[in-house]
Amino acid sequence: MSRGARDAALTANLLSRAPLWRAADARARRLAHGHAEEASDAARLADDYRLLAHDLARMRSLLPASRAREYLEGAYARAHATLHNGAWHLTSALWRLLRLELPDVVRWLRPYIFWATLIFVLAALAGYALVQRYPELIALFAPPELIASVERGQLWTQGLLNVVPSSILSAEILTNNIVVSLIAYCAGFLFGLGTLYILGLNGLMLGAVFAFVGQHALARALFTFIVAHGCVELSVMCLSGAAGAAVGEALARPGAAGRAESFRVAALRSGQLLIVCVLLLIGCGLIEGYVSPDPRFTLAERLAIGIGYWLFMLALLSGWLWPTPRGR
Amino acid sequence: MSAAATDLSVDSVTGIPVALRVAGPGVRAYAFLIDWHIRLVLALAWFAAASLLYNGRLSLSPPSASEPRWFALVLAPALAIFLVYHLVLEFALRGRTPGKRVAGVRIVDRHGGVPSAGALLARNVFRLIDSLPLFYGVGLIAVIVSAEHLRVGDLAAGTLLVYESAPTFAAPELEHLAPQVDAQDAEIAAELLGRWSGLGSEARLRLARTLLARSGIDAPQLQAMDVDALQRALRRLAGATATAP
Repeated sequence: MSRGARDAALTANLLSRAPLWRAADARARRLAHGHAEEASDAARLADDYRLLAHDLARMRSLLPASRAREYLEGAYARAHATLHNGAWHLTSALWRLLRLELPDVVRWLRPYIFWATLIFVLAALAGYALVQRYPELIALFAPPELIASVERGQLWTQGLLNVVPSSILSAEILTNNIVVSLIAYCAGFLFGLGTLYILGLNGLMLGAVFAFVGQHALARALFTFIVAHGCVELSVMCLSGAAGAAVGEALARPGAAGRAESFRVAALRSGQLLIVCVLLLIGCGLIEGYVSPDPRFTLAERLAIGIGYWLFMLALLSGWLWPTPRGR
Repeated sequence: MSAAATDLSVDSVTGIPVALRVAGPGVRAYAFLIDWHIRLVLALAWFAAASLLYNGRLSLSPPSASEPRWFALVLAPALAIFLVYHLVLEFALRGRTPGKRVAGVRIVDRHGGVPSAGALLARNVFRLIDSLPLFYGVGLIAVIVSAEHLRVGDLAAGTLLVYESAPTFAAPELEHLAPQVDAQDAEIAAELLGRWSGLGSEARLRLARTLLARSGIDAPQLQAMDVDALQRALRRLAGATATAP
């Protein structure tokens, strides 16, 4: 028999298996969405995978440029992905993130969190010292309206609710905080330098503004305003900075895995922390919109909210909120 | 791991690697532009419809004073549609968006599977870098210069854009032939094709129809096929689909 005739016979035999491919592909698609009709359905996926692999190998040599091969490639890829990844469910992914992955990430990021916090605190002290010694330097760190308001003996936050309703204030604040937090993380892409600048600049501004309001006997009023939301908000700033620093170090000192791979691993791992940072900042935005500018809340109440929320954040990050999984 | 510069090849326990064709800058830009227009139109449509309902007259102007209801019902949803369009749809549609569907591409991880939630988040957060300084400048340059056409977000998330494979196996003539064809018919078909140019048009039609009828194609269908269609069917019968000129 000639080679052409043999190939034609093989091709015909192969194509006669098309209904099997369709059934295998339909099963893989169904299981990928988490819809298993019965237990044997899932068990058959492994057989389907072998069948598709076998037929694809023959198809690649017999009909390399055909639609049939293109279809088989896709069906095989889908069966592979379903077999290796399984179905994806938002609730179970979130549960796994909070219970298992987050505490691991925080443990891994501990040195970065320490250094990011130290840089932020040192920058805040430096900003405080600078404005304390040279008050005119506040113009570098604060807008003219804020300076004018403080010089009139009034915090810029007073009467805020008369100008902007709480809901709008909350949305504006949490959007701004989330953007700053994401930028602090992404700026780690510049070998960590971007993150360093953002942490330093925010620390300098905080310290400078505190020194300035202190000179006008408004430090207690500012503390009263920020304590409810600030404990978590500033902590999240440091956490985002730590995540950015991890990304930066992966690029600056990639190790044996190579720069691209180290970057990928660091960005993916530290990015998990960012999901929680965004959720925490939404809480901060609500507190800052509804509690902080409202004069009906006493200092004790604000302290309770601020410290309570901060302790909740600690428990969340360390995994204390959830029962320890077996075998860990 | 990679079979070629534009292919993602994933090792498998079967020994047959999974091959996925990586999408290039052109198709990526095409998908992005479609998505950009969709989210812009959706956001503007929401803004316009909600404004008209809110104002109760033909006016899109915002209220003179800050009103929480206007913000919550008109502005915030419109902004949310525009800003989180990619993230939400990539979550919900497992690595796809309408623009990617139209362009025939989807996002996969390095193993060819649907990326994790963390990966999709990282991919979208790094748009902040990719969009610098203007019009996705950094992202576009990265896609052009990188071997697998990755923007910074893809590098961070370990994701790639690959072409969707054919969702259905639409080769009716091939399937139709499959059960009936045998080696002898295939050999005759190969021989007929070898003499094709030397035959007159009448002889070509007659011989091709006779042979293809033996392979199980209905007479009306054969009558409807012109010379080129008959020649193609013969090539498939001869098993020469991939190599025929």
